[in-house]
Amino acid sequence: MSTGIDKTGIKIGMWLFLYSEILLFGGLFVLYAAYFYKYPEFFSEGGKELNRVIGAVNTVVLLVSSFTVAASITAVQRKAKKQAIGLLIFSIFCGVVFLVNKYFEWGAKFHHDIYPNSETLVSGEVGLNIFFGLYYVITGLHGLHVIIGMILLSISLVLVMAGKVTESKYSMLENAGLYWHLVDLIWIFVFPLFYLVL
Amino acid sequence: MDSQKNNHILSYTTLALVLGLLLVLTGVTVGVSYIDLGFFNVPVALAIACTKVTFVLLFFMHLRYEGPIINFSFIGTISFLLIMIGFIFFDVAFR
Amino acid sequence: MIKTESFYDTPAPAGLTGIKAWLLTHDHKRLALMYMWAILFWFVIAMMFGLLLRTELMSQGRTIMGPEVYNSLFTLHGVIMIFLFVIPAIPAIFGNFFLPIQLGTDDVFFPRLNLFSWYLFMFGGVFALISLFTGEGFPDTGWTFYVPFSVEANSNVSVTVMAAFILGMSSMLTGLNFITTFHRMRDKNMGLMQIPLFTWSLYATAWVQILATPVISITLVLVVVERLFSIGLFEPDKGGDPILYQHLFWMYSHPAVYIMILPGMGVISEIIPVFSRKSIFGYKAIVWSSMGIAVAGSLVWAHHMYTSGMSDVSVFVFSLLTFLVAIPSAVKVFSWIATMHKGSIEMTPPLLLALIFIYLFSVGGLTGLVLGAVGTDIHVHDTHFVVSHFHFVMFGGTGFAFFAALHFWWPKMFGIMYEFKNAYIGAVLTAIGFLFHYVPMFILGLQGMPRRYYDYLPKYETGNFLAGFGGYLLCLGILIMFGNLFMSFKRRIPAPSDPWGATTLEWTVPSPPPVHNFVKKPQIKEFPYDFSEVGKREKNGEKSRKIL
Ligand code: HEM
Ligand SMILES: [Cu+2]
Repeated sequence: MSTGIDKTGIKIGMWLFLYSEILLFGGLFVLYAAYFYKYPEFFSEGGKELNRVIGAVNTVVLLVSSFTVAASITAVQRKAKKQAIGLLIFSIFCGVVFLVNKYFEWGAKFHHDIYPNSETLVSGEVGLNIFFGLYYVITGLHGLHVIIGMILLSISLVLVMAGKVTESKYSMLENAGLYWHLVDLIWIFVFPLFYLVL
Repeated sequence: MDSQKNNHILSYTTLALVLGLLLVLTGVTVGVSYIDLGFFNVPVALAIACTKVTFVLLFFMHLRYEGPIINFSFIGTISFLLIMIGFIFFDVAFR
Repeated sequence: MIKTESFYDTPAPAGLTGIKAWLLTHDHKRLALMYMWAILFWFVIAMMFGLLLRTELMSQGRTIMGPEVYNSLFTLHGVIMIFLFVIPAIPAIFGNFFLPIQLGTDDVFFPRLNLFSWYLFMFGGVFALISLFTGEGFPDTGWTFYVPFSVEANSNVSVTVMAAFILGMSSMLTGLNFITTFHRMRDKNMGLMQIPLFTWSLYATAWVQILATPVISITLVLVVVERLFSIGLFEPDKGGDPILYQHLFWMYSHPAVYIMILPGMGVISEIIPVFSRKSIFGYKAIVWSSMGIAVAGSLVWAHHMYTSGMSDVSVFVFSLLTFLVAIPSAVKVFSWIATMHKGSIEMTPPLLLALIFIYLFSVGGLTGLVLGAVGTDIHVHDTHFVVSHFHFVMFGGTGFAFFAALHFWWPKMFGIMYEFKNAYIGAVLTAIGFLFHYVPMFILGLQGMPRRYYDYLPKYETGNFLAGFGGYLLCLGILIMFGNLFMSFKRRIPAPSDPWGATTLEWTVPSPPPVHNFVKKPQIKEFPYDFSEVGKREKNGEKSRKIL
């Protein structure tokens, strides 16, 4: 059917993809639930060792970037190209900030000999080993998604600049945005589950 | 085909209000974590997370303005995930 | 009839020539054929491996290979059959070809994504091949990749597991495409209850593909992560729980058996009414049972784990739920039989194959209940009884549905008819071989012969010999069946657009279809299985097809 582009259809396709992403993380949350039930006290002990402030800062960073991405769509719809570009650049910058924070956070943990298969974890309590194991796997996979999201946003940014994304045709930006929000969604759960368990 | 109102434009103010709310909720959840509620810390933290996620979905992700296909399938997906997490407890909780 | 250019003569996108017209095509029909050749290739390879395994077991002790080779071979057989044949076969070939046509449209919603899925499929296959010839050799873990063995084994588990990961992605993207097409490209005049049942079954399957596949993806990723970093998530020494691996694995792999069987059921629902010249019985019940299977099938995964050491409560719950799943399957079987009741049945190869399907699938489903009941399962778990059960459903079911689909749609896909007599011979021989092959395994299983064993006690020799003999018959039958189909390329007897007197949309377009499928606007019938016109035509003495 060559009668124009079916934006709703494209969006449905994107949502279907997001479902698969949700369940990809879902598998890990299944493990989290089961192990949390098994080792509640070690999960709260492990949680106290994570830096709540960095976690909270990262949450804020992602929330703000989610906002700016949503706003950039509004900007495109209102034909405010400059604003849209600014908002997107800021969002990508937020992604960088998030990753830098993550880098320091992981680095500090590595420094304290807390990383997969490290001496401390292997010889310590098994509950803690599982907690940090899950922590690395889930935040690692999440970090990977942040990177993919930033790539998608950058592509959208280039397209906006080139005038390929306009108020009548912005599916690429919209889908990149959806992906970015998904990354945010996951983090909204990761944050309390790892940093705030008491 | 249906000319759905998929061109809905959210104003900056609405988005900013949502962001404000999300930041407040983040503050609340961090704050609550310093208070020892015993067992209730986890349900409270999860409830707040669910609220936040709902707002992101409804506004940032436009779920409020989508047609029934996306809405129903989203609920289906979440139910599927909850079933997986829930049913695993038939095993781990009774071992 | 006006002569139209078939899709073979019109590249899409236009301007591509030669091999590029295939390798870069967006045309769902060309992609379907490309899938077909790849999948047939894998099927034949895995069939050979199966035959080797059975030959080894025909007599006690070492016959043609050593135990290590045997273990790798059954893993290879399982991985190829499951991920490269049974799961993709019907959706990727017939789904790609006919779903858009049955919906009255010209292609799937995301044609380029469709091409990408094909490349993922090929790439996954290549990965599987690479894992054969590099590193420490092909894994001997079985297709289930259970921990701790899959984490500790020296063999090339990581590469094989990544191959399965990529293949899963390909299957998921195909499902994504189908759902979007179903909702957005369907002819405007086609209501939900006017959609052919094959397309409905693919729709239900697609949901399972999207929701369940990611779970296996992450599980397989975890196996690789464990191999690389030894976190210990499944290792008791480090606090992990190996049973959770099994949960995650079956959360996908049980729904996956419905990814395998639902499209097959859809094929049968198309074939039975056509050759009974009678509207399908219980159209709505079949639609709902498809969706019901998709939902209920996601709730029963732990019936594979009764003996794993999980809690008694979950043994009880999952056994109960397993029994519920059998209901929608039975609804379908009864609907097919009721459709044939008092129909005017015309025997053709597709119908014969469909009948064999109903018979074999029913046996498979009923033995599933034997396994679903805890008491009996504990006795036969991990024995040849299970092997026989799943071959009845996957081979007797999906496999025969695949053969039936080939014979049913061959004239449409290639525009030529095949010889009937040889098709009958092939089908009957395959069915007889099948029974000889798998019935002894039920008995062996009940007597206690474990699966995945290289050698056995003397008392099992007769059964194993019979099974091996049946295996050879089976392969011979398949050889004849395929040989006959391929001979049609030589004889080139042209097929009319509707050789069977069928009613769904794909039979209103030329054989093979033109690149945009429809020459004129499709006429959507009130009900897809309305045979009154076909009946009128035939009463006037007009035969759809010359008797072959
Ligand atoms: C009619 C409903 C069915 C029921 C109640 C059922 C039940 C079961 C049960 C309880 C097992 C586990 C046996 C054991 O390991 O001890 C099993 C194994 C299996 N079933 Fe079914 N089944 C059904 C239909 C199917 C279908 C339609 C398929 C595929 C098309 C299928 C494929 C398999 C496979 C592949 C295995 C073995 C997996 C392995 O361990 O390697 N089943 N079935
Ligand atoms: Cu099962």
